[in-house]
Amino acid sequence: MYVAVKGGERAIENAHRLLADERRGDRTLPSITLEQIAGQLSLAVDRVMAEGSLFDRDLAALAVKQARGDLIEAIFLIRAYRTTLPRFGATHPIETAAMRVRRRISATFKDLPGGQLLGPTFDYTHRLLDPDLAGDPDLPAPALRPELPTAMPRVTDLLGNEGLIEADPAETGEPVGDLTREPLSFPADRDLRLQGLARGDEGYLLALAYSTQRGYGRTHPFVGEIRMGEVEVEIDVPELGFSVVIGRITVTECQMVNQFKGSAKAPPAFTRGYGLAFGHQERKAMSMALVDRSLRAGELGEDRTAPAQDEEFVLSHCDNVQSTGFVEHLKLPHYVDFQAELDLVRRMRTEVAEKREAAE
Amino acid sequence: MLHSQTSETSPPSDRRAAMALLAQAPRTLMAAGLEGIEEADGASDVRAPEIGLVMVRGRMGGGGRPFNLGEATVTRCTVRLPDGTIGVAHLLGRDRARARLAAICDALWQRVETREAIEARVLAPVREARAAEDATVRAETAATRVDFFTMVRGED
Repeated sequence: MYVAVKGGERAIENAHRLLADERRGDRTLPSITLEQIAGQLSLAVDRVMAEGSLFDRDLAALAVKQARGDLIEAIFLIRAYRTTLPRFGATHPIETAAMRVRRRISATFKDLPGGQLLGPTFDYTHRLLDPDLAGDPDLPAPALRPELPTAMPRVTDLLGNEGLIEADPAETGEPVGDLTREPLSFPADRDLRLQGLARGDEGYLLALAYSTQRGYGRTHPFVGEIRMGEVEVEIDVPELGFSVVIGRITVTECQMVNQFKGSAKAPPAFTRGYGLAFGHQERKAMSMALVDRSLRAGELGEDRTAPAQDEEFVLSHCDNVQSTGFVEHLKLPHYVDFQAELDLVRRMRTEVAEKREAAE
Repeated sequence: MLHSQTSETSPPSDRRAAMALLAQAPRTLMAAGLEGIEEADGASDVRAPEIGLVMVRGRMGGGGRPFNLGEATVTRCTVRLPDGTIGVAHLLGRDRARARLAAICDALWQRVETREAIEARVLAPVREARAAEDATVRAETAATRVDFFTMVRGED
């Protein structure tokens, strides 16, 4: 039997009205604009784009505002929005080698063509709170060092020339897996794993990546390269018969270089883990690269003993919208379910008591 | 589909380059650039501006097999000029008015009579703005390049 209980409408309506008021905050202060969120909380916006799996800065800024800064809620809003739009197709794979680079570092090679470009980084800051930022201090303009464009080859391509590192997996012509169209099943190919990780929760991936460093599926990583900047997005337009560039997006790429002691078939060489994320998402890209590599354990003939090597465990729990949906649904009314359990426990207690009495 | 004579004689690579610039062109610039061009006012929608998604792909390791990274919003639009020239635009983002203006610019660019105007009023300023922005970004980034030097220590 299913009994519907009504009566929450007024309470819900008023709760949402109260939420809107709390969101607005002190009404004597100006409302925060989307431009301010996109411009000054840009990394929050980037995270919402990466995990919302939708590149659109304005929408992500709106989601951050609507969610009162709760990023998982904002990601949820973006995921819901994307389901309302038709998909026109897929882009050509982006060319990160042709990126307009705004940051590019390597922890493996000091001198590399194009150099080490720190860009806008928190690295080497002292992590001391800056009281001046409580106001609106005057800032010097960025320093300039005008120069001609220089080629910035990927570090892994440089190493690859010597055969010391595995090559990129060659294109097979097989259709690209899409976990937004087909439910994920296991074993999952690397294309699906990377898609899952790219939209996966940063905190979760960070914890898993950290676990591999602490010994749970050790992979001996080095950062071959991190680069961040703008890449062109190009699509085929059937009615034109040629492809066109439709704009640029910001992405962060991480190439992790890992030890591999070789196998019966392959001589010792460096192996690779790959991370790629929308926006400036360095921690995310690094964590993704570490987890990508550890999920390749089976393919590389390594023992699969740690959580970060278990693709079913990693991929089934990395989506924070799914996770939050299942965890948070527990707070919705379960009165009837609980009533049944309560009844059961009471009956069991009665039975136990009766047995005890009979035995005495 | 109707094509104006010029679209068959102009190599698609030129039109591709023009469309790539139009994809970056600000709405106000295109609107101003189209002022006084009669054909622009007579443009009709073949496909009204429509917002959708494209799945952005990356490559494993940067150069390997493709995988799906995530989606991006796109607006597309197709217009027809009074003489039958078809203009097409696909742009990132959700600006319908901008997509329609870009489609009109694309159509006008294909006609010998109006190409020069589009080149001068829209494409050239976008090209310049883009080059200037890229040069600034490059210079700002280059200023953060690490210039390593070695300190000689000890007696040997």
